[in-house]
Amino acid sequence: MVREEQPNKLRWGELDDDSEDLDFLLPPKQVIGPDESGIKKVIEYKFKDDGNKVKITTTTGIRKLANARLSKRAVERRSWPKFGDAVHEDVGSRLTMVSTEEILLERPRAPGTKAEEAKSAGDPLAQMGKGGAVLMVCRTCGKKGDHWTSRCPYKDLAQPSETFVDKPPTETNAAAGGTKGAYVPPSMRGGVPERSGTDMRRRNEENSVRVTNLSEDTREPDLLELFRPFGSVSRVYVAIDQKTGTSRGFGFVNFVNREDAERAINKLNGYGYDNLILRVEWAAPRAN
Amino acid sequence: MRPILMKGHERPLTFLKYNRDGDLLFSCAKDHDPTVWFADNGERLGTYRGHNGAVWTCDISRDSARLITGSADQTAKLWDVRTGTPLFTFNFDSPTRSVDFSVGDKLAVITTDPFMGLPSAIHIKRIARDPEDQSGESVLTLKGPQGRINRAVWGPLNRTIVSGGEDSVIRVWDSETGKLLKESDKEESHKKTITSLTKAVDGSHLLSGSLDKSAKLWDSRTLKLVKTYVTERPVNAVAMSPLLEHIVLGGGQDASSVTTTDHRAGKFEAKFYDKSLTEEIGGVKGHFGPINALAFNPDGRSFSSGGEDGYVRLHHFDQDYFNIKI
Repeated sequence: MVREEQPNKLRWGELDDDSEDLDFLLPPKQVIGPDESGIKKVIEYKFKDDGNKVKITTTTGIRKLANARLSKRAVERRSWPKFGDAVHEDVGSRLTMVSTEEILLERPRAPGTKAEEAKSAGDPLAQMGKGGAVLMVCRTCGKKGDHWTSRCPYKDLAQPSETFVDKPPTETNAAAGGTKGAYVPPSMRGGVPERSGTDMRRRNEENSVRVTNLSEDTREPDLLELFRPFGSVSRVYVAIDQKTGTSRGFGFVNFVNREDAERAINKLNGYGYDNLILRVEWAAPRAN
Repeated sequence: MRPILMKGHERPLTFLKYNRDGDLLFSCAKDHDPTVWFADNGERLGTYRGHNGAVWTCDISRDSARLITGSADQTAKLWDVRTGTPLFTFNFDSPTRSVDFSVGDKLAVITTDPFMGLPSAIHIKRIARDPEDQSGESVLTLKGPQGRINRAVWGPLNRTIVSGGEDSVIRVWDSETGKLLKESDKEESHKKTITSLTKAVDGSHLLSGSLDKSAKLWDSRTLKLVKTYVTERPVNAVAMSPLLEHIVLGGGQDASSVTTTDHRAGKFEAKFYDKSLTEEIGGVKGHFGPINALAFNPDGRSFSSGGEDGYVRLHHFDQDYFNIKI
């Protein structure tokens, strides 16, 4: 690159501060070449900050690279006459079309997320346990942070959960229901203490946050990873289409603390995740 | 990428093959006319008329002068690639399922199906330089495997022939004596019909695809299992990239159940896997029927797939493809 400075009589800087607007006063850009030896010259004019005009000459060597290598035979084949059915081909038959649809090589997961996902997918329970060991309370033996209810070593020894015991409906229930013989869900039957079913449902609804507009690739471990920084998460669920096995684009996250859930909503509602804008809100309890 | 759709066949595709220079693509289908296309823009160059049944397979000589096709009309035909004229017809007593030219194009291996009480067989034919001197005599005929032999290819230096088929065993035969040299290990081998078998460019390893929803990579010489690629669909076709460490599997549910299930559940994509990590790289969608045939351009920059839907889809990769990192 060669720079030649030409002291100019006119002090453009004194005339106007906005020197950019004066570009039209400059001579136009010139391009010379490329000549037979492949040298191209570009001459440009510019104002410097102090108002002086600068001529910039850029000299570039240009070499043409062959971008396709074709064998002579292949070139020859290009001019072969058509044969068979291709001879009488109608112009309108349109045997060869370019797809109107852009097809991408669809990655099974967003690039770069593989390692973490595999790790958390491997043992999400262990991670959740680490996040809040207190969460893990065995409903059979009441031990904290040691194992889940389903893994309880005393499972067989303990009384079977009352939920599943078919207790005869009591008088109160019959009075409330009115009609005899109508089906009463076990949780509504009298004689069953307040916990069990309702307790279970409350667990699902407490501090529950609904996440919508998830990408198809999002799985529960991804959501857990996204929401864990806000506080202890007790449940993550992503709705999966049973037919196709792909995500239906929404899920639920339950927090142990309501404040954590609130912070997560404030922070993640409208957050860009996997090219989509997440919608995060309180999960409305079901109508019934 | 925007694939090129080629709708020359009226019936499901069965086989695809590029010539060595990668400028021509040959397609076989269950209609009777194998077709040749320009591999860059998908223009149809010609069709080879003469078969009287579904065409299952084809192969092209190294100089792209001769084409051999195998058909359900119980013949294999040699063609002049340029004019589409049949040069010679090998007659068999049962449908021919697979053909493969040896290195040097002096021999060809042709497999025939079990038919009307006849067992399946592998025939080796001498291919004459001048079609005038061509004879239909078999140099060697191998028999033994039960059920159909879906694919037979030449091993390194034409010393062996590797076959795979309905009995889900891969066998290596001596191409001169006809002796069975090796069989794939029962434990390691496929559990269901082997549908496709393809060699690496250097012939050092083989890739087989099977209806047991997996593909397996084998050492050509020792027939040791090297890798297994597990997928969630029956594998009808496999291809190996000559450029990158990638393999492609094509398949999908049985054609008979396509209409009875959700179309999204069909899994008609071509799935890319990393060859050594056996990790899935991605999928290319587009067909609306199972993929029956796959072929990689010898330059590794494009590939084509043929489906039960009768379309050939020719994909030229975007630059992104070459930068994929796992």
